[in-house]
Amino acid sequence: MINKVVTNVQEALQGVKDGMTLMLGGFGLCGIPENSIAELVKKGIKNLTCISNNAGVDDFGLGLLLQGKQINKMISSYVGENDEFERQMLSGELEVDLIPQGSLAERCRAGGAGIPGFFTPAGYGTEVAEGKEVREFNGKPHILESALHADFAIVKAWKGDTAGNLIYKATAKNFNPMMAMAGKITIAEVEELVPAGDLNPNEIHTPGIFVQRIFQGERFEKRIEQRTVR
Amino acid sequence: MLNKTGIAKRIAQELEDGFYVNLGIGIPTLVANYIPEGISVEFQSENGILGMGPFPFEGSEDADLINAGKQTITALDGAVYFDSATSFAMIRGQHVQLTVLGAMEVSENGDIANWKIPGKMVKGMGGAMDLVASAENIIVAMMHTNKKGESKLLKECSLPLTGTGCVKKIVTNLAVLEVMPHGGFKLLERAPGLSVKEIQAATEGSLLVEGEIPEMELS
Repeated sequence: MINKVVTNVQEALQGVKDGMTLMLGGFGLCGIPENSIAELVKKGIKNLTCISNNAGVDDFGLGLLLQGKQINKMISSYVGENDEFERQMLSGELEVDLIPQGSLAERCRAGGAGIPGFFTPAGYGTEVAEGKEVREFNGKPHILESALHADFAIVKAWKGDTAGNLIYKATAKNFNPMMAMAGKITIAEVEELVPAGDLNPNEIHTPGIFVQRIFQGERFEKRIEQRTVR
Repeated sequence: MLNKTGIAKRIAQELEDGFYVNLGIGIPTLVANYIPEGISVEFQSENGILGMGPFPFEGSEDADLINAGKQTITALDGAVYFDSATSFAMIRGQHVQLTVLGAMEVSENGDIANWKIPGKMVKGMGGAMDLVASAENIIVAMMHTNKKGESKLLKECSLPLTGTGCVKKIVTNLAVLEVMPHGGFKLLERAPGLSVKEIQAATEGSLLVEGEIPEMELS
């Protein structure tokens, strides 16, 4: 088995530089690579383009990178939970590309799967379609969306093995599997790292071929954004 | 006039046995509380779950188990988790039978706007554009007028669109309406105690009234 293990988050993030494009998994604060984000904040890497469904909240997740003005451009589908984000966007400090959620997921998947573009009905007749090729299929207009790639994709999984195979838990899966496929280098931070052979091959979600570096996160706060009870 | 719960109760009557349903954030979420007796439906949340259950009891919240509104939820027996691409394959591929979502504006030709107020509020479209572009059965749940008292049922939307010609049915605090293929809001039902005239006054787009309009029946 090829061993993908790196000893810690510092080693995992080696080579991440100013101006790079990163993909970061997660939906809201659920399934985000929080150890890697904390390290990016610490390293002070700047001028990043971040592809992530959301932008965290003001004091957690990608919100931490926004506070330090480390992000130049965000590619997301929904950013409503973050006041600093909205302020930087409306003032023009931050460039933002808002993409329908399904198109964002499929563009990441396409990037990893070697498909340069695809047609989707989502966004036809809206701002999202501006400048994009339109083609009719079965009488219905569709717009051309292109694949997304990243210098580094940083994902979070529940369990991983030394060969880089990953298993996600519940809805913390979200964008992580597609992004894992689309990074030139994919870093996986996991809650539990086990020896190759300990995971049941039938139950693996992301095959290790997509993962170049894996480490067990030191600490997971796993903050809940909207604690709602019966 | 209905409150938000009333709107949810009326929409719940549209559920049919065997439906997979996607509920948006806000009033649509409440629909899950009023599933008619004797039918089985399954709720899909686009962040990656089918078979979404009620909110958890205090103490059993799981940070890894949320809905699209980022609220903690539970999973019912038979539930399944999946990634975002698979989730939107269900939506785009029309495997979901009913979509209920909120709106800031709806036009008489079925256009919908619900994601952006230029210069003021830019939260993003989330999954709304994918949902409205592909769903065959879309119900909009919203108040008939905005906070300023202006109609949200318009001849043309003034806000940036989420989708075009896609809304089929609207349930508001005042009425149930159908968007006609050639344009116009056909009045189907009135909220209890309201007159056609009052609904007309709150509707900027063309309201089509044919014969007697029944009152909504809410249990």
